[in-house]
Amino acid sequence: MSAATTSVPADARPVDRPLTANRLPKWAPAAIAAGSIALGCGIGLVGGLESKLQWGLISAILFLGISYGLAAQVEGRRQAKDRFATSLVWVAFILAVIPLLALITYTVQQGAEVVDSYFLTHSMKGVRYSGPGGGIYHALIGTMQQVLLATLMAAPIGLLTAVYLVEYGRGTLAKAVTFFVDVMTGVPSIVAGLFILSLWNIALGFSYSGFSGSLALAILMMPVVVRSTEEMLKLVPNELREASYALGVPKWKTILRIVLPTAIGGITTGVMLAVARITGETAPVMMLVFGADIINTNPFEGPQQSLPMYIWQQYAMVNNDFGYARAWGAALVLIAFVMALNLIARGIARWRSPKGGH
Amino acid sequence: MTSNTPAAPRGRERRKRDSRVGDKIFMNLSRGSGILLLVIMAAIAGFLTWRAGIALTKNEGNFLTTFEWTPDAPKPVFGIAVLAFGTIVSAAIAMAIAVPVAIGIALFISHYAPRRIAQPFAYLVDLLAAVPSIIYGLWGALFLVPHLYGLTSWLDEYLGWTYIFDQSKVGTAPRTLFTVGILLAIMILPIITAVSREVFRQVPRMHEEAALALGATRWEMIRTSVLPFGRPGIISASMLGLGRALGETIAVAVVLSANNSLSLHLLDPGGGTFAQNIALKFSEAQPFGRDALMASGLVLFVITLLVNGAARLIVARRKEYSGANA
Repeated sequence: MSAATTSVPADARPVDRPLTANRLPKWAPAAIAAGSIALGCGIGLVGGLESKLQWGLISAILFLGISYGLAAQVEGRRQAKDRFATSLVWVAFILAVIPLLALITYTVQQGAEVVDSYFLTHSMKGVRYSGPGGGIYHALIGTMQQVLLATLMAAPIGLLTAVYLVEYGRGTLAKAVTFFVDVMTGVPSIVAGLFILSLWNIALGFSYSGFSGSLALAILMMPVVVRSTEEMLKLVPNELREASYALGVPKWKTILRIVLPTAIGGITTGVMLAVARITGETAPVMMLVFGADIINTNPFEGPQQSLPMYIWQQYAMVNNDFGYARAWGAALVLIAFVMALNLIARGIARWRSPKGGH
Repeated sequence: MTSNTPAAPRGRERRKRDSRVGDKIFMNLSRGSGILLLVIMAAIAGFLTWRAGIALTKNEGNFLTTFEWTPDAPKPVFGIAVLAFGTIVSAAIAMAIAVPVAIGIALFISHYAPRRIAQPFAYLVDLLAAVPSIIYGLWGALFLVPHLYGLTSWLDEYLGWTYIFDQSKVGTAPRTLFTVGILLAIMILPIITAVSREVFRQVPRMHEEAALALGATRWEMIRTSVLPFGRPGIISASMLGLGRALGETIAVAVVLSANNSLSLHLLDPGGGTFAQNIALKFSEAQPFGRDALMASGLVLFVITLLVNGAARLIVARRKEYSGANA
């Protein structure tokens, strides 16, 4: 009990905020959140605000304010700032997740009422726009063919370009290709559509077909494939290449037999993600494929249909409740397809990714 | 494919002696595809310029300042004033909303969320980046627009004095540039989040721990070590998002009720964007009208080219982590 000990008792410290005291309890953020949500809803009810969006926004602002104020009272300014930032990050997260989840659930809700085996296996042939019925079979066929053709064009070119950049690329040409591949990723889809229109349809005189749509899709797909393949090839350890050279294997064979098989999982993932991306492209398809209500299994001649364009037509041209319903049905199928591709692609990536060797 | 080699590698002679045919073929094939990509980019610019030139020589109005878009009239008049304004305003609104929120989400996933939540959410965000824009558009028109009545009338009532939030006709459907901005913000959130999250993850652990060891709170640690390190990443992520927002076609076409008026009243329907205008006017355009649309497409192409090019230049790609090309 001697007062001369070196350790100073907590209550006697010169600083009025010791490290251990004056903290808000652990459950405080949750309590504040619950409180502000209740308060926000209360204000919304009393004020008669009809939009739930405003309720949420008011609650969010209340939450931020109360957290800061309370923490400033109890813990001091620095801690209060910290709590404010934490609250802000949480609020940002929740604010963003809500619309994104709403999008998915709303699509599933609306689409599930429409999609059945009839919807999937019938075209719009002879279906009156002002009435119910009809399906997406022709659109499914069109999308499959166009995307397949685009992939057949874009994947080899993209792959070879990536091989060039990683295995051969030196000097100005490689730098230029790298830069323009990056820039090309940002080319708006409608511009790609306009380009194919001016080249294929105006300059060369071909008419609307599924194939001209897939040309535009291929342009959009190439840079994506290049970027992802490039990243994957870079992950292949140099030791593998050197071992192969040491055995006297020529470079091209090394690339074909050693490098590409090692990275094949990642490359497949990249291609599938690119496919998922172009499957949902509407704008270029709309300009180049033209849209048809009947089944056309020949992508090289005559107008076709595609899923995204079908949604657009049912919404914008038909523009009644039956059209909306069909649009939601097609939207659900499209979203399911894209998500499935994504999940499978990421599964493959996890299953067969090269383990970094450096 | 092309076999002429404008940039022949230095060791050409030595390789010639080896004369491995397979090597030569393979190398030229792969270099040819690289060159093909460059040719495509050049062709896009070339063909659009060609058609745009045809359109511009016959344009009776000023291309930059005209509001109307009537290229197929007997006296063709068209201009991009409204489109440029709408494109910039909607993209600006989208950026103002999306960038801070995306940084918040990225920080949440990389530094705040409990690990068990963080991984699935990172996954979810990646998935959402893949949702096609037509679905965002459909959702925006049939779900978001009806839900925004309250917010817009509230903004009009309390912030109407700022002029930009003033509605000239109260209660019109919010198919406005403002709504388009919100929708674009939602659309570009995942991509900005995904890129900045990756950058935040690469912050050297030592920097963070040094800051914490000096007694920094978590926010001070983020401000002093994470954000400065991640700044170029955030900028390039935002530019990528901006590029998307500028070029977004179908979602805008679905949501916006377009006309050729240029108004700073953001809550009034009207206006238009480059891509939206092309998508809507295309189906009924005559051959000359198409050329006019290509002229506007060329402008859009140049703008996105500049934005994306700038983004890439800001963050020079990192090569040092690569296994190849050491």
